[in-house]
Amino acid sequence: MKKERRKLDGNSFLLVITIVLFLVMYAAGCILFKTQGFAKTQNFLNLFISNAGLIVIAVGMTIVMITGGIDISVGSVVAMVCMILAWTMEMAGWGAIWSTVFVLAIGLVFGFVQGWLVAYLKIQPFIVTLAGMFFARGMTAVISKEMISIKNEMFLSWAQCKIYLPFGGYINKKGMLIKPYIYPSVIIAILVLIAVFLVLKYTKFGRSIYAIGGNEQSALMMGLNVKRTKLKAYMLEGFLASLGGFLFCLNTCSGFVEQAKGLEMDAIASSVIGGTLLTGGVGNVIGSLFGVLIKGTIEAFITFQGTLSSWWTRITIAAMLCFFIVLQSIFAAAKEKNKK
Amino acid sequence: MENIKKLTSKRLFMPLFCLAVMLIAAVIASPDFFKIGIQNGVLYGRIIDVVNRGSEVVILAVGMTLVVSASAGTDISVGAVMAVVAAVACAFTAGGQQSVNEYIRNPFLGALLAVLVGILCGCFNGFLVARLKIQPMVATLILFTAGRGIAQLLTNGQITYVRVESYKMLGSSIPGVPVPTSIFVTVLMVVLTMLLLKKTAMGMYIEAVGINSRAARLVGLKSTMIIFLVYAFSGFCASIAGLINSSRIYSADANNIGLNLELDAILAVALGGNSLAGGKFSLLGSVIGAYTIQTLTTTLYAGSVSSDQIPVYKAIVVVIIVSLQSPELGKLVRRLKAKFSARAGKGAVS
Amino acid sequence: MEQDVVLTMRDISKNFPGVKALQNVDFTLRKGEIHALMGENGAGKSTLIKVLTGVEEFESGEIRIEGTDTAIINRSPQEAQANGISTVYQEVNLCPNLSVAENLYIGREPKRAGMIDWRTMKKRSRELLEGLDIHIDVSVAVENYSIAIQQMLAIARAVDMSAKVLILDEPTSSLDDGEVEKLFGLMRKLRDQGVGIIFVTHFLEQVYAVCDRITVLRNGALVGEYKVEELPRVQLVAKMMGKDFDDLAAIKKEGSEKRIKGEVAISAKKLGHKGTIRPFDLDIHKGEVIGLTGLLGSGRSELARSIYGADKPDMGELFVKGKKLLVGAPLDAMMAGMAYLPENRKEEGIISDLSVRENIIIALQAKRGLFHLLSRKEQEEFTDKYIDVLQIKTADRETPIRQLSGGNQQKVILGRWLLTNPDFLILDEPTRGIDIGTKTEIQKLVLQLAEQGMAVMFISSEIEEMIRTCSRMAVLRDGAKVGELEESELHQNSIMKAIAGGGN
Repeated sequence: MKKERRKLDGNSFLLVITIVLFLVMYAAGCILFKTQGFAKTQNFLNLFISNAGLIVIAVGMTIVMITGGIDISVGSVVAMVCMILAWTMEMAGWGAIWSTVFVLAIGLVFGFVQGWLVAYLKIQPFIVTLAGMFFARGMTAVISKEMISIKNEMFLSWAQCKIYLPFGGYINKKGMLIKPYIYPSVIIAILVLIAVFLVLKYTKFGRSIYAIGGNEQSALMMGLNVKRTKLKAYMLEGFLASLGGFLFCLNTCSGFVEQAKGLEMDAIASSVIGGTLLTGGVGNVIGSLFGVLIKGTIEAFITFQGTLSSWWTRITIAAMLCFFIVLQSIFAAAKEKNKK
Repeated sequence: MENIKKLTSKRLFMPLFCLAVMLIAAVIASPDFFKIGIQNGVLYGRIIDVVNRGSEVVILAVGMTLVVSASAGTDISVGAVMAVVAAVACAFTAGGQQSVNEYIRNPFLGALLAVLVGILCGCFNGFLVARLKIQPMVATLILFTAGRGIAQLLTNGQITYVRVESYKMLGSSIPGVPVPTSIFVTVLMVVLTMLLLKKTAMGMYIEAVGINSRAARLVGLKSTMIIFLVYAFSGFCASIAGLINSSRIYSADANNIGLNLELDAILAVALGGNSLAGGKFSLLGSVIGAYTIQTLTTTLYAGSVSSDQIPVYKAIVVVIIVSLQSPELGKLVRRLKAKFSARAGKGAVS
Repeated sequence: MEQDVVLTMRDISKNFPGVKALQNVDFTLRKGEIHALMGENGAGKSTLIKVLTGVEEFESGEIRIEGTDTAIINRSPQEAQANGISTVYQEVNLCPNLSVAENLYIGREPKRAGMIDWRTMKKRSRELLEGLDIHIDVSVAVENYSIAIQQMLAIARAVDMSAKVLILDEPTSSLDDGEVEKLFGLMRKLRDQGVGIIFVTHFLEQVYAVCDRITVLRNGALVGEYKVEELPRVQLVAKMMGKDFDDLAAIKKEGSEKRIKGEVAISAKKLGHKGTIRPFDLDIHKGEVIGLTGLLGSGRSELARSIYGADKPDMGELFVKGKKLLVGAPLDAMMAGMAYLPENRKEEGIISDLSVRENIIIALQAKRGLFHLLSRKEQEEFTDKYIDVLQIKTADRETPIRQLSGGNQQKVILGRWLLTNPDFLILDEPTRGIDIGTKTEIQKLVLQLAEQGMAVMFISSEIEEMIRTCSRMAVLRDGAKVGELEESELHQNSIMKAIAGGGN
């Protein structure tokens, strides 16, 4: 027993399925839509550009799902964040930096309230965040029923700042070198991903989250502060939801009531597709990233295909979520049987 | 004193108390709240409006109560299912056209088909929850988001109108009858459900499963089946509510039919004095809760709060109710009290 | 505080609704001793431990621990841990999804530059476990190991916390002899290092094998503290039961010898459930009380469950009165005339918020079917009948069952099954956690029912009780039925031997 062997258990197996699924889907896209330029580097980067906000939100969702909870308020929080950004900058004349700091603080407070209700009053996370979802969406309408476009120069400069990559370029027909680019939002999303990955793997807080999801009673018995850890998890999640909303806003540069409707589903689906168990205790932000990429690829398919309505994205995501939930359920049953 | 205690300990006291408070608030907001008149041969007035418009919430709350009781979870797909049902009904009767002035296909067949689709949606939820043991809210979240997409597909992304007088009757009134039709439907639904629960063992079965499903299984109840049926029933309720709502606007508007009604239904159950953690329930309580919610909605509308802002208030009410239901709050208050009195005691000594 | 005392608890009281769980209990633990905490189920052992470790709050009294001058109050397990009190519970408290190493070090992970140092953690875990003769892969999730290993891990964790007070709450119930011996070795080693160990167990032999002192509780009150060598076994049992042995023996059934085996009511042929009970053959006759005996986890409950379909058997056949029965769910077994009182009253027996009436009639109602609702009058008649027959103490028939005491709850459930008029009644630990008076009543009732021709299966951890009620026994060991004892062989010694098995 010198060399510790690593078994591929059911959970890692789910992650592998997800990665393979993404690669297959992307490869299929490259073949099907070859003429439309699906295979271009830029198209791949666009997956990240258009989903930077979702990556951050899915990462937050993964955190609370590992504790065994869930947060369905994120879509509405994004709408509220975008609206507050737009309103403070356009109507109240705040600077872009202050607006941003303000919305991030609001996310933190929102997470604190939800987390406190879940952790200290032991109300089902679903009920709490359902109320949060309606509250945030309603608040968006209270602030303004009309759409507000953001024209703040600093904000727009953040949104439009292209960062060119030194590789993957090609020469177009006119003989110009077209270099692939990303936006700052992508970098923020990747940094968040790495940071949360490290937090989950290498800090007491991170491991406590897993412990609580695995067996809350045991975690309590082992001397972990379950309530505070849960509260912190929801606060972090609230913060990430508002940060995700900020990145989302960089893409849309506007605030309106109907924004990001159903985003909670995308985030939950990404997390679940990425191997996070609904029962808690197991999950990985890398998996969630691939979950988001799969969602992005489906969207790209539908865009490239051209004739399908955008509703198909939502339905496909729902179907995939359903499929993965069933898969999880089957794995769980098999595990239970094996144990006996 | 003793009598007051007896009164307040009655199961329906709190729901009725809330309704009374809400009604008083409504009267203060608009003094002519209870005024009833006749307009075009139909009863007319604020209070009639509440009872009429409240039909959908009451019907949804009936299904939701059973879902909450048996599975300690809620069915958040009901609003979306209403949209699907309306889409099926309109798309079928309009024969796929965007707007018609007469039925292209048989409207009764359309309604039947729509109800079947609604029950099917409920069965889908029920399968996920009962058979695959998925948390109710995650399971119903799937249709919650996908449902409106499906409705959009059925109507080709357009609002489909059925501009036929008889199609509007369910949501308004039948000529010659002064009472809005939906009130009859609601009464029928509530009474039938109550009979089902009281005249068969279903009511007890549902409570038993909700309180302790393992024990229920060992005394010979089929927990899985009961939970499945309850979700199917919720789908049925959603489809009736969907038909009424579709009839009101004689169309299928995938984006707006049943919008936010899942929250109203859950709130109605909670306001009815039922624990969202499942178990014992009072259907009548939920019905009272539903009318309380509708009074709140109508009053807020009257106070020129727009429909997309109303959820803010309702969300706050939900949080307050579930917080009050939480046993942890009591503990917390007791601990704070103890701390406070300890400090006060110390102060007295020094 | 005395010189070598590490923990004192004085005048501890705690009430649960309707139950005085602890009344003015004193407890003293010295350095370097293993101190057994004994008592029947419901004596207050668990509550005392929970109060000490901060899981429950106590209402009056004080706790002092060596090293602090003032009384301590533990509000949570981590406060208790900070005060040097570590616990290993009966049900393993580990996180199944985390690796072995993490479970050992969670909450106190070794760190480097602020980050968890996984390599050191694994290295230390390996060393710790090797030192205890546990050789397993520390990077694998705990859920992949047996309960025995998980239990040892929990102990290893507590040991490594360098506790002043180590509480072992029935740690041996799922360990085999070799593992128990290993654990004892470890306990002695820790004792010699000066740790005070509180040992809660049901096994008398283990108390005499490893303990120095015994504190006995009964019905939430202190009976006394004794040195092991000054308290013979019989005395200990008498103190725990609060009765003399002669009293207990008195109800040994009269005229039981007359009982002859009736026709076969239930017959199991190679029935089994993968992973819980290996295939077994068993015939149960009308009018007999068949006991299932064996240690906890020997498969005695599992055997009963597989017959009733509580765990659907996946092999073998079951015959009821000679006819083959396919059991898909408990309802099928009920329709064939079976009734099952589960071991775990709270989780599988009572339906807490429903009334006594509903709890009594629900099984009969389930048998009749959804659409044949018993009329209210019938329901009330049945309920009153069984409240009367079983002398259930309840305010009225509409009282929620959760407000009744444990013994009365058990009687309600018994009433529930008697109402279905079963041919075959399975009673799994019907007397656990209920008072002596009710216990005797239930035992008498069982004998009566058998006399009337019912086949009864009786499971209990208390051998005396089994001898008194059973006319025959099946012995189980390690998830398999290993033998049967006829009435003439039913003596404590022979049963013990059969349970223990092996060549000796």
